[in-house]
Amino acid sequence: MDLSQIDWTPLEISFRTSVVATLIAFVLGVTAARLVLGLRGRVQAVLDGFFTLPMVLPPTVLGFFLLVIFGRNSPIGRLLMDIGIRIIFSWEATVIAASVVAFPLIYRTVRASFEQIDPTVIQAARTLGIPEILIFLRIMIPMAWPGAAAGTILGFARALGEFGATLMIAGNIPGKTQTIPISIFFAAEGGNMQLALLWVLIIVAISFSVVIAMNLCGRRKG
Amino acid sequence: MLKSLRLATMAVLLAFTASLYAASAKTEIIVSAAASLTDAMNELIAAYQKVKPDITVTPTYGSSGSLQKQIEQGAPADLFASASPKQMNELEKEGLLLEGTRRNFAENKVVLIVPAGAKGISAFTDAATDKVKQIALGEPTSVPVGQYAEQVFTSLNILGKVKAKAIYAKDVRQVLSYVEMGEVDAGVVYATDAAISKKVTVAAIAPEGTHKPVIYPAAVIKDSRHPDAAKGFLKWLSSSPEAGKILVKYGFAIAK
Repeated sequence: MDLSQIDWTPLEISFRTSVVATLIAFVLGVTAARLVLGLRGRVQAVLDGFFTLPMVLPPTVLGFFLLVIFGRNSPIGRLLMDIGIRIIFSWEATVIAASVVAFPLIYRTVRASFEQIDPTVIQAARTLGIPEILIFLRIMIPMAWPGAAAGTILGFARALGEFGATLMIAGNIPGKTQTIPISIFFAAEGGNMQLALLWVLIIVAISFSVVIAMNLCGRRKG
Repeated sequence: MLKSLRLATMAVLLAFTASLYAASAKTEIIVSAAASLTDAMNELIAAYQKVKPDITVTPTYGSSGSLQKQIEQGAPADLFASASPKQMNELEKEGLLLEGTRRNFAENKVVLIVPAGAKGISAFTDAATDKVKQIALGEPTSVPVGQYAEQVFTSLNILGKVKAKAIYAKDVRQVLSYVEMGEVDAGVVYATDAAISKKVTVAAIAPEGTHKPVIYPAAVIKDSRHPDAAKGFLKWLSSSPEAGKILVKYGFAIAK
């Protein structure tokens, strides 16, 4: 197999997509975790269920919902088209699909880490008059960091491996939305087993490193 | 008392399971057919079941390239019908077809489609202009309609320009649904696919000579467990008047 003839864009696309998606999922995940932490009872349970849902639903179900929300035939889709933004079959769609699947992983691990924080520390900070936002940013996040880091790395791995929803809303556009998992699928379908194997080995190597990094992060947890 | 009740229950369950197995011992043949044949093949099978009620025909659809791959990997197909001679030739070269059973049974046309009601596009050459910002095509390495589309665009000298705006689908029905959704400006499918959808309009038919003739061959797979049943269905498919009528109804031409 001639390595110089290979289209390496899936590597760059997957990398860009996963990094951006992980950042978005991190911000949203941490915010959601803090939000849910302050709730109780049924409201907390329902909201937690809603945030966890993308993790348990099949990716094709997620793809279907995203298609319905952002497609041409929906009010949101039409609104975006009016201001010139086209989501379906664009690179941004790969980021949306990857963020949606990474979000629950980060949300759950960050929430678990927050819950492990000694509440007396938080109460002491409150009695000292520190505003909630600073408690969140300067006390809670640093204390939750090792668990949150492990969750973020897991979210990154999930974003990297996302296929079903991505194929449905971003499609297979070489050089634009063709991520590594999509390349593998189409290479195998087209009979190009060598190319498929190459991408498989690359993604296994990346995922393996990610898992090792995650275990190392977890070990540092006080 | 309890022990004999348990034994009786087990005996009933065993007998029931055995009867299920016996019932499914009716001859079943699996037909792997190109995605573009979906609707026509469903009706053909229903008609054949009336002629031969003792044989169950089970279809499986996909791009001809995917189906070819599956057969190469040992999938239990008895009959293979592809949308292009290419996939059949490969299987023949690999010795996977039952000799003497291959025959052509249908032909099709390649068309450019747009979402229903869209105006302004009337020729394949429009794909190279700004009128088409994104076009859906079958993945050329595994989808015959993608290969035919590339042949057309190559003949028209616009392949490079079109490829830059292409989104690739895993089979012709996915191309059709992309255009139906309105998420692309145009797509290349067969005339038969355009005919079954109310949400797309045919903008142009591929000019004569711009692509290899769209010929649908079918053949019995060598490892078929019911070669006679498969041969029977293939014979009916390729030469009976009822089969011909159904194919023509969906827009196929009978192979010469």
